[in-house]
Amino acid sequence: MITIKDLGFTYGETGGLKTITLNKEKGHMLPEDRYVLKNINMNLEEGRIYGLLGENGVGKTTLLTLLCGLKKPQTGSIDIDGHNPYDREPSFLADQYYLSDEVAPMNIKAIDYARNYGKFWEGFSLEKFIEIMKELETDPEQKMTRMSFGQLKKTYISFALACNTKYLFMDEPTNGLDIPSKAQFRKAVTKHTREDSVIVISTHQVRDLENIIDPIIILDRQDVLLNATMAEIAERLYFDYTSDKTDDALYSEMIPGGSIQVTLNQTGEDSKINLEALFNAVHQNKELIKGIFNK
Amino acid sequence: MEFNSNKSIYLQICDAICEQILSGRLMPDERIPSVREYGAEIGVNPNTIMRSYEKLTAEGIIYNKRGIGYFISQDARDIVLEAQRKEFLENELPAIRRRMALLGLDASLIIDKA
Repeated sequence: MITIKDLGFTYGETGGLKTITLNKEKGHMLPEDRYVLKNINMNLEEGRIYGLLGENGVGKTTLLTLLCGLKKPQTGSIDIDGHNPYDREPSFLADQYYLSDEVAPMNIKAIDYARNYGKFWEGFSLEKFIEIMKELETDPEQKMTRMSFGQLKKTYISFALACNTKYLFMDEPTNGLDIPSKAQFRKAVTKHTREDSVIVISTHQVRDLENIIDPIIILDRQDVLLNATMAEIAERLYFDYTSDKTDDALYSEMIPGGSIQVTLNQTGEDSKINLEALFNAVHQNKELIKGIFNK
Repeated sequence: MEFNSNKSIYLQICDAICEQILSGRLMPDERIPSVREYGAEIGVNPNTIMRSYEKLTAEGIIYNKRGIGYFISQDARDIVLEAQRKEFLENELPAIRRRMALLGLDASLIIDKA
């Protein structure tokens, strides 16, 4: 379980400790406009694959790097099973993996990289690494410096899954993957992760991850607009593919053959959630959405 | 697996299993894949599969043997048949009737005269 309380973070040349003014009543305070993340509150539960969505620059990567202990929260706290990630205790780090958006080509074979670096993770399995590489159609005997960006990405995805950690954070993992690999990625994430794991995947490519991510988190500038399971979303919102336009639609978009509309779910009927339409509906109705999901 | 219609994914998975029961591809007391196996096979979140299995269990179409897995019920076929006949008579047939009326077609066309 991850508990995030009043989390705040800022960058900038005068960022960090220098801009903090000590206020005895309210604790450490930062100038309002410098925050990337501010007052972020949420809980992330076991056995879930969270999809972290948000426009460019809202702090998705910042949040992931805070969760894995690469950055220090400037206000508020993150608690992961009683640990503060920034303490970076070795036993805690051995049970989590952060796959960054940009991956480094090492001047060794993929299999040697896995053999050498896998030692840092308790649950790492070289057999599993080879198996996933095979599923993603990538040769583990190839030198990483000779790989294309997509192949390199697949190598790191295989490594991340082979670490078999409880906590797995992936930043835009499907960027650079070819078309067949996207389906293979979805299957691999379901097949090769622990049942008690907490997985957080940030993405703009919602179609790549449709049917895999649940719950959905929508991050906005200094706010969490939504953190809900697909079942909770389908209960409250209705996605209609129709030629009739409804006046009270929260969002509607023309598509070939009609339009997709998002309305409040009045009938209790379940519909198929379209993540792009959901994202746009949430963005156009921020306060309303927060209201109906926080009930 | 391709998901197309407006129906939510977990209901489409239920439909796919019911189809296989009707066609005889799944037989009584046959084990179906675990939530995770099925999820990995079709690239869908295991929690979604769980929702489908819970619905089918509540309807008596499948049953759960603790620690072993999910199996097709003895009378699964009868339950699915009854539910789908009801669905056809209440929704699909009236829709066909409306469509035929709209196109000015006679109801006797449905009966195959050959």
